[in-house]
Amino acid sequence: MSIDVRVPTVLREHTGGESKVTAQGSTLREVIYDLETRHPGLKERLVDDSGGLHRFINLYVNDEDVRYLGGIETPTEDGDTVSILPAVAGGSS
Amino acid sequence: MTRVPIEGHIELDRGTYDALIAHARSDAPYEVCGLLATDGEGVAAHYEIPNAARSMTYYNMEPKALLRAMHDMEDRGWDLLAIYHSHPHTEAFPSATDVELAFYPDATYVIVSLQEPDQPTLRAFSIRNGDVTEKIVIVDGEEAPAGPR
Repeated sequence: MSIDVRVPTVLREHTGGESKVTAQGSTLREVIYDLETRHPGLKERLVDDSGGLHRFINLYVNDEDVRYLGGIETPTEDGDTVSILPAVAGGSS
Repeated sequence: MTRVPIEGHIELDRGTYDALIAHARSDAPYEVCGLLATDGEGVAAHYEIPNAARSMTYYNMEPKALLRAMHDMEDRGWDLLAIYHSHPHTEAFPSATDVELAFYPDATYVIVSLQEPDQPTLRAFSIRNGDVTEKIVIVDGEEAPAGPR
């Protein structure tokens, strides 16, 4: 099983500059933990201390926001693409 | 007006500059947001991204629209030039929230203020590790008014 992972510029310091890497796993959580073994430092950018996804990181499986799928437990299948994007947010106060 | 050190500049064409202000006005008093891409020479694309928060004091780019825009840029070989949003009621300067949530250190953060509705201002900043510096905004070769700094 192979999952393609699209890595944003700001996280490529963990992937040796690669914008696309691969990982294994049947859930998003497994994919993230597998990524960590290949690209140390990525997991803590994605997962908070309680094991959930960071509030200001957007994760997508096949371009769908995982908040509307199963969150970090979203199932993944061979050939799926996981995309990572830090949120773009702010405000005037 | 809040001042920080000035470091560098961003070049915009008049059409893009006007489009950012028009976008800010289009949904006032709510904050609007979007992205600019560059092909290395100028602004290659302007992406208006829905504000998922639809708030007068907060913005959060709608995740799917954000992803589409980012992938579009990457697929075309463009780079992210700027992240912009509007401040409908406050000056064009990054708020504490803007600084805390600035996750794109290589982007220029552009803020359009409608504090003076008849005299909108547009200012540009780098936000890196909590440090804010301002960039001069150049529109069609001329420095754009930022108001008194």
